[in-house]
Amino acid sequence: MTDTTTPTASTRADVKAIPVRHPGRWVASAGVVLVSAMFVHMLVTNPAFQWSFIRDNAFSAPVINGAKNTLVLTVLSMVLGVALGIVLAVMRLSPNPVLSGGAWVYVWFFRAVPRVVLLILFGNLGVLYSRYDIGIPFDRQIANLFGLSLSGRFFGVSANTILTAFVAALLGLALSEAAYMAEIVRAGISSIEEGQTEAAQALGMSRGKLMRRIVLPQAMRVIVPPTGNETIAMIKDTSLVAFVPYYELFFQLQAIGSRTFQLFPMLVAACLWYLAMTSVLMVGQHFLEKRYARGTRRSTDRAEKKSLFKIWTRLPSNWGA
Amino acid sequence: MSAEPVAVQQTAVQPMVKAEAVRKHFGRLEVLKGIDLEVMPRAVMCIVGPSGSGKSTFLRCINHLEQINGGRLWVDGELVGYRQRGEKLYELKEKEVAQHRRDIGMVFQRFNLFPHMTALGNVMEAPVQVKGTSRNEARQRGLELLERVGLSERCDMYPSQLSGGQQQRVAIARALAMDPKLMLFDEPTSALDPELVGEVLDVMRGLAEAGMTMIVVTHEMGFAREVGDELVFMDDGVVVEAGNPRDVITNPQHERTQAFLSKVL
Repeated sequence: MTDTTTPTASTRADVKAIPVRHPGRWVASAGVVLVSAMFVHMLVTNPAFQWSFIRDNAFSAPVINGAKNTLVLTVLSMVLGVALGIVLAVMRLSPNPVLSGGAWVYVWFFRAVPRVVLLILFGNLGVLYSRYDIGIPFDRQIANLFGLSLSGRFFGVSANTILTAFVAALLGLALSEAAYMAEIVRAGISSIEEGQTEAAQALGMSRGKLMRRIVLPQAMRVIVPPTGNETIAMIKDTSLVAFVPYYELFFQLQAIGSRTFQLFPMLVAACLWYLAMTSVLMVGQHFLEKRYARGTRRSTDRAEKKSLFKIWTRLPSNWGA
Repeated sequence: MSAEPVAVQQTAVQPMVKAEAVRKHFGRLEVLKGIDLEVMPRAVMCIVGPSGSGKSTFLRCINHLEQINGGRLWVDGELVGYRQRGEKLYELKEKEVAQHRRDIGMVFQRFNLFPHMTALGNVMEAPVQVKGTSRNEARQRGLELLERVGLSERCDMYPSQLSGGQQQRVAIARALAMDPKLMLFDEPTSALDPELVGEVLDVMRGLAEAGMTMIVVTHEMGFAREVGDELVFMDDGVVVEAGNPRDVITNPQHERTQAFLSKVL
């Protein structure tokens, strides 16, 4: 028996063990490299891609204009959707049954109806009323009740002036987004433990302030990642507003494709456009997530700076060892 | 002759906290079954008792985190949560309740620091947001308070970077930043590793010596004996025994108190 309690020179030295081999990783990597090479080969050699046609047409004036519309629609519908979603989430968590019930019905309706259907519906809202007026509700009914002919309308516009294709597209996207955002925000608020609310209340904070200063900033950590998802989905869903009809990126690319009988290259161009927009967004999301992760990790500032770098160099450190 | 000045003083000074037949139930579960207590200004009252005896609930009633179902509760002469006009009671508005809470500091078992703010940020938050103190002034005062609890060097750290004892000391500083006239401690050392309990109790001892009125729900019998002016033993929603801590601990009158003390001492 050797005496395990007395360290010898060899036990005191650093551990230099032979690492576990991973032959499976080498086989799998070879497979991935092979498939990638084949894919790139196809991109370069297959004439159907018509790269020069893509280059010449993917940045033409109508396409740039469509891309601008896509971005404006995405940003506005997300801003409106998030704002309305927060209101709905707070309503949903309210002790008032009318408010929480109303929010529930809203979410129930707008999550049930597909976005395409909603957009076509909003595109045809002119059918309901030819004019939209602002005034006293039920003014005619009240006037009829007393046998009078009064009008309680202060201001009105014809449906064609306000329900433009842009407004219809924006409303369709934003209202449906609000339903999803309401659920995301609600989950975020519910994830904050009650002790936080109690501590803020014990300090004499009002409900509104403790929501703004204590609960929502913490809930953001739970809210931001799915909201990033929603925004990426929104960029892509703007392609549905062609049904309104409103002219955005995909509509314009497809138009060029059908006009020139070069549909496939234009579809490839659409993929590249959406890929580029989404990539920019992912970088933005990374910074937002970092901002709201403050105080949640023990890591120091320097370690956080390093983690920023990881998004580009996400390779396992013991790769293939 | 000599008793007279004492009597005068007793009528002049009103209790900081006065509870009369306070009852509280959650659904059908009766948690408080009529609590009568008085805490004089500058006094330290320790409340002990088995878990589920209602001591934390009573503490939370004092700053209206829980609404009482019966009896009356006053803090510094003002009714908690209600306004009385004649025979009728009116519920206070949220704003008025918040106004009352400003004067009552509370320290929780689980610290409940705001994790997205630094230690100094936690201490500055309520003065700036609730009282409207300028940021500069709040920072000065916050640094003083952190110094007082021995954490001035950690003012830029987030709660997750602090030990439990340090977090609880920040929580005490945060409550003190509102200049409360009463401090409530809800088992402030129960979530701490044993070696960290001392540092928090030291801060609390300092507060008591400085004349803060304190109600402390605790399991630390040593602290209750040394710092407390009065010890209250609660069980099953009632005050079983109350009195001078040394007397209660060394010579408990009630059977239930004896049984409890034999377990914790």
